[in-house]
Amino acid sequence: MEAILLNFFQWMWGPYWEPIWAYIAPIWPAVWTLLKIVAIIAPLMLCVAYLTFWERKIIGWMQVRIGPNRVGPWGLLQPIADGMKLFFKEVVIPSQADKQLFILAPILSIAPALAAWAVIPFFEGGVLANIDAGVLYLLAVSSMGVYGIIIAGWASNSKYPLLGAMRSAAQMVSYEVAMGLALVTVLMVSGSLNLTEIVLAQNKNHVPVMNFLTWNWLPLFPLFLVYLISGVAELNRAPFDVVEGESEIVAGHMVEYSGMAFAMFFLAEYANMILVAAMTALFFFGGWLSPVSFLPDSALWLFAKMAAVLFFFLWIRATFPRYRYDQIMRLGWKVFVPITLLWIPVVGIWMMSPWSLWT
Amino acid sequence: MNIKNLIQSFSLGELRQGLAVTLRYMFAPKITVQYPDEKTPLSPRFRGLHALRRYSDGDERCIGCKLCEAVCPAKAITIDLGTNEEGVRCTTRYDIDLTLCIFCGFCEEACPVDAIVETHVFEYYGEKKSDLLYTKKMLLANGNRHEAEIAKNRELDAKYR
Repeated sequence: MEAILLNFFQWMWGPYWEPIWAYIAPIWPAVWTLLKIVAIIAPLMLCVAYLTFWERKIIGWMQVRIGPNRVGPWGLLQPIADGMKLFFKEVVIPSQADKQLFILAPILSIAPALAAWAVIPFFEGGVLANIDAGVLYLLAVSSMGVYGIIIAGWASNSKYPLLGAMRSAAQMVSYEVAMGLALVTVLMVSGSLNLTEIVLAQNKNHVPVMNFLTWNWLPLFPLFLVYLISGVAELNRAPFDVVEGESEIVAGHMVEYSGMAFAMFFLAEYANMILVAAMTALFFFGGWLSPVSFLPDSALWLFAKMAAVLFFFLWIRATFPRYRYDQIMRLGWKVFVPITLLWIPVVGIWMMSPWSLWT
Repeated sequence: MNIKNLIQSFSLGELRQGLAVTLRYMFAPKITVQYPDEKTPLSPRFRGLHALRRYSDGDERCIGCKLCEAVCPAKAITIDLGTNEEGVRCTTRYDIDLTLCIFCGFCEEACPVDAIVETHVFEYYGEKKSDLLYTKKMLLANGNRHEAEIAKNRELDAKYR
C-alpha cells in the first residue's frame, strides 16, 4: 500500500516529486500513520452516523412504524441533517458548572472510543498497531470511557447528571469484572493477547466445511452470553440504560450538554457500540474468517458479523424494558461473576483433558 | 423451583419469546399514516371547525334562540340579538371562542334549525390568540365555503337521528 501510494505521488508530481520528497521523507512515517488513522476514523464516523439512522429505522419497524423517511431518498440524509443541526447549535455552559472539566468530559469520553480502534485487526495484517497486549490495551482504554461520564456528571453541578454519573461508575466497573473474566477464558484457549492471533486460533476447522462451528462462540457458549450481555451493560444501553434513564433521570450525565458537546457523547456511545460489536466478532465469531471453507476469508466477513451484533443490540433495545438498578448489580455480581469464575476452571480442565479442542 | 423452571430461566426462554415478538413485528405491515400525504377517513359525525349555515335562498338559518349558548359547557359562544332590515329576529353578534371550545358538538345537537354545525375542517390555525375568536362573519363564510360537504354529511347521518 505504502509503495503504491508513493509511486502514485511520484507519477502525479513528476519532476517536482524529488524536492517535495526531500521535505517529506523525515516525517513520512508519522504522515503514513496519520493517513492510516484517518482511513479508520473517517469511515467509523460515517458508520456511527448511519448506525443512529439504522437504529431509528429498526426500532421503528419493530414498533410497526416506518421510521425516518423524509430527508432525502428513504430518509438516508437524516443523520446528515441531525449532524448539521447539532453542529450549529450553541454549546451552553451552565454558570455554576466547572468550565474546564465541563469541556474536557466529552473529549475524554470520545477519545478512548476512538483510540481503542488502534488494535482492531480488519484482516490479517490489516491493523494499525499489531501489539501483543492488544486485549489488555482494549480493556484499559475502554474502561477509560467511564471517566468522561463521571467528569461530565460532576462538572455539570446538577443533581441528575451526578446521579447518572454515579450509576454509570458503579455499573461499568461491575460489568468490566464479568467481561474481563469472560475474556480470560478466550485468552486461555487462544494462548495469546494479540487480537490477530486470537482470531487465527479460532481457525481450527474440526468440523469439515462448517468452519463457524469451531469459533469460540460455541465451545465457550455461556461465556459468550456473559460477554455479550456485559458488553451491552458496558455500553450503558437498553436494557441497562439506567445511566441515561430518560424516564427517571432525564438523560443522566448528558442533561446539561447541548450542541456539539452533546453530539460528542452520542458519537462516543455509538463508536463504542461498533467497537464492542467488533470485539465480539473478533473474540467469538472468528473475525475475518469465512464461516464455510469454500468461501475466502475477507474483511467483509468481519463487517457482516459486526452488523449482526449491532442488529442484536438494536433488537434488544426495542424488546426489553429497563432493568431496575439493584437488579443490574445483582445480575453483574451474583450471576455473571460466579458463572465466569466457575467456567474458567471448567475450560482449564477441558484444555488439559484428551478431548481438548485447542491443542 | 422445579427443573422445568430452571431450564426455562437458564435457556433465557422468556427473553427469546420477547425477541421473537419484536422480530415478527419488524416484518409486519406498518400502520403509520404519513399525515400530509395520507389522511385517515373521517366519520360524517366528525366535529371540526364550526360554521353557520344558510338556506338555499340565502337567508340565515339562525333564529337567535340562544339554545347553543345555553348548552355550551365551555361558555365559548356569545350571542347578541336584534332584528334585521326586514324586522325579523336574528343575531347581531355570534362569536365562538375556539380557544375555549371543546368540540363537544352540543351546539349543533341543540340547534333546532341546523344552523350551527361542525364541519370536517380541522386544519386551521391562528398566529395570535385573537385569530381563534371566530365572529359571525367568519362562521357564515365557513358555512358558504363548505355547504356542499355539510349538507352531504347531514344527509348521511340523518337516518340515525
